[in-house]
Amino acid sequence: MNDKIKTPLISTKDLSVHYPLRSTKLFGPPPVVKAVEGVSINIAPGSFFGLVGESGSGKTTLGRALLKAAPITRGDVIYDDGEVSFDLTNIEKQDLQEYRRRAQLIFQDPYAALSPRMTVRDIIAEPLEVMGITKSREETDRRVREIAAKCRLNLEHLRRFPHAFSGGQRQRISIARALVSNPKFVVADESVAALDVSIQADVLNLLKEIQKEMGLAFLFISHDLSVVAHVCDYVAVMYLGRLVETAPTRQLFSAPRHPYTKALLSAIPSLDPDDYGKAEKLEGEIPSPTNPPPGCKFQTRCRFAIDICRSQEPKLETEDGHDVACHRWRELMEA
Amino acid sequence: MNQNKKLLEVENLTLQFDTDEGRITAVDNVSFSVAPGEVLGLVGESGSGKSVTAKSLMKLNPGNAIYSPETKIKLHLEDRSVDIMQLKSSKEMLVARGGSISMIFQEPMASFAPAITIGDQMVEQLLIHTDYSVVKAKKYSIEMLDRVGISDPDQRFKQYAFELSGGMRQRAMIAMALSTKPKLLIADEPTTALDVTIQLQVIELMKDLVKEFGMGILFITHDLGVIAQTADRVAVMYLGKLIEQGPVRDVIRNPSHPYTQGLIAALPKLDDLDAPLVAVAGDIPSPLERPSGCVFHTRCPVHLGGQCRSMVPDFSSVATGHAVACHLIDVSNVQQQKVAVS
Repeated sequence: MNDKIKTPLISTKDLSVHYPLRSTKLFGPPPVVKAVEGVSINIAPGSFFGLVGESGSGKTTLGRALLKAAPITRGDVIYDDGEVSFDLTNIEKQDLQEYRRRAQLIFQDPYAALSPRMTVRDIIAEPLEVMGITKSREETDRRVREIAAKCRLNLEHLRRFPHAFSGGQRQRISIARALVSNPKFVVADESVAALDVSIQADVLNLLKEIQKEMGLAFLFISHDLSVVAHVCDYVAVMYLGRLVETAPTRQLFSAPRHPYTKALLSAIPSLDPDDYGKAEKLEGEIPSPTNPPPGCKFQTRCRFAIDICRSQEPKLETEDGHDVACHRWRELMEA
Repeated sequence: MNQNKKLLEVENLTLQFDTDEGRITAVDNVSFSVAPGEVLGLVGESGSGKSVTAKSLMKLNPGNAIYSPETKIKLHLEDRSVDIMQLKSSKEMLVARGGSISMIFQEPMASFAPAITIGDQMVEQLLIHTDYSVVKAKKYSIEMLDRVGISDPDQRFKQYAFELSGGMRQRAMIAMALSTKPKLLIADEPTTALDVTIQLQVIELMKDLVKEFGMGILFITHDLGVIAQTADRVAVMYLGKLIEQGPVRDVIRNPSHPYTQGLIAALPKLDDLDAPLVAVAGDIPSPLERPSGCVFHTRCPVHLGGQCRSMVPDFSSVATGHAVACHLIDVSNVQQQKVAVS
């Protein structure tokens, strides 16, 4: 992959986010939720990086940590866009302001993310004003109009309030607001999950278009593998705070290596009614992160688990630019 | 299909709401039926009227709902038939509300009372709908929890909804809905809030239970993949109108309405990653600005102009049991329509 040659825009090493819980015992250390544990990823500039997993897998927390919106317990996060470079674990207040301009977030629910009391113009202009990016009202208006046009909103729309818009339009407003400060890195957290399929395709195409045009990198967080397959260049699969597999999209979908990835792929409901019963059913549910199982975190639901899986946590192994953390992936691929 | 074997027949359901901004038509002249042991999938976008249609079957819509006088919702039970529209007192309504019809909702957290244990809620409804004693109701509820695959049913029985995970809550909801042995189960987006792996578990559970209990299911979802895996027949709704219905294989493989075709084309498919994603152009119009004629004509890529703008299309049959409401499908037009779409 030539992605590897370029300096990554975001690179993390052994990134962990732990949240201490209230102590339930009188003595001893309080229990800790390991929301993200030992994650190392590289996101190339201008790429569409997908992050998938079930609810509770830590994908949102990882996204927040990359924006320094979640406390980083251990490990490094380096942002480097060629102009500036920040070490997020140890960033000055002033640098953090600059980072906020360069790294943005698009939320899941376009109904909750927009203030009902502000006009669309004010919603989109707010980041510019708060961050002091533009000097005059004229300049702000010009920037707002530019980005609104890119997101296929017209001037008429800018004067209205969010309640007048449908879900798809609202999501386009959220996108415009996130992009108005000209970021290099955008975290899109389940940005199409709340939309109907007929509209979802429209928003995905828009994101893809903007990414190419503005050359920005997306971290696209989603539970929907078929959406990820269509828009992302590179995909990472998470389970219980750990990365279990990362690979270029095509490679991941044509030859998944981790049993969890295989099960996730297989569980997507097929459009063919005659496929009923062919899906590989995963028993049980994702364990609680306060009390994770020993060894491989997936062993409680994995039908291939053997003794070593129950005692030793597998490390990420790389082969042909495709990482997987499973003790048995080689023999399972051969079988 | 045999007329006598229908369980539920909905005829000319028209439902309007009086709101501050005017009268809104939420459901417009919708007719469908469900046979015992059959799963009817009802698909549509948000705002298409699927949920209010389902709620009409239990008369659960709020006080500003106005049903047209032509509306008939007939429930055929073993010993009698009732028209749910004619039921007045809440005592009469019991047959539709938990007696012979049960409903499961999208967000089980919102449908369980938060301050009452799961077990107490299950027992309470059994005491209302059956002549079970408290002891028997409790025993039966625990059996049902076990049947839907909940581990430690004795323990879960004593827990509150917030103590269970999402998948577990949905199972408990199903157990509760089925414990009164309903003839018809309404499932309103029962898997939408769940992860794919849990969704698969719930779908398989529901399919098994249909076989075991022989009830009919009205399965509401926006996900065509879920419909393909669960339903026997499917009805597609758009802006309060049914626009296509038929056997699931037929509708998914040969969708005839431009909207159904658009919905299927908009789905990201895993077997062809290069295929561009095609959105259905435009947004679903506000119910305050219902288009005249065919409600879909404002977004229709192949509409005929005047005819579609002014005339409401009737249903015409394209295959056995497969009917479509579209002017392009008038018998004389079938040939042209194929050309236009391909």
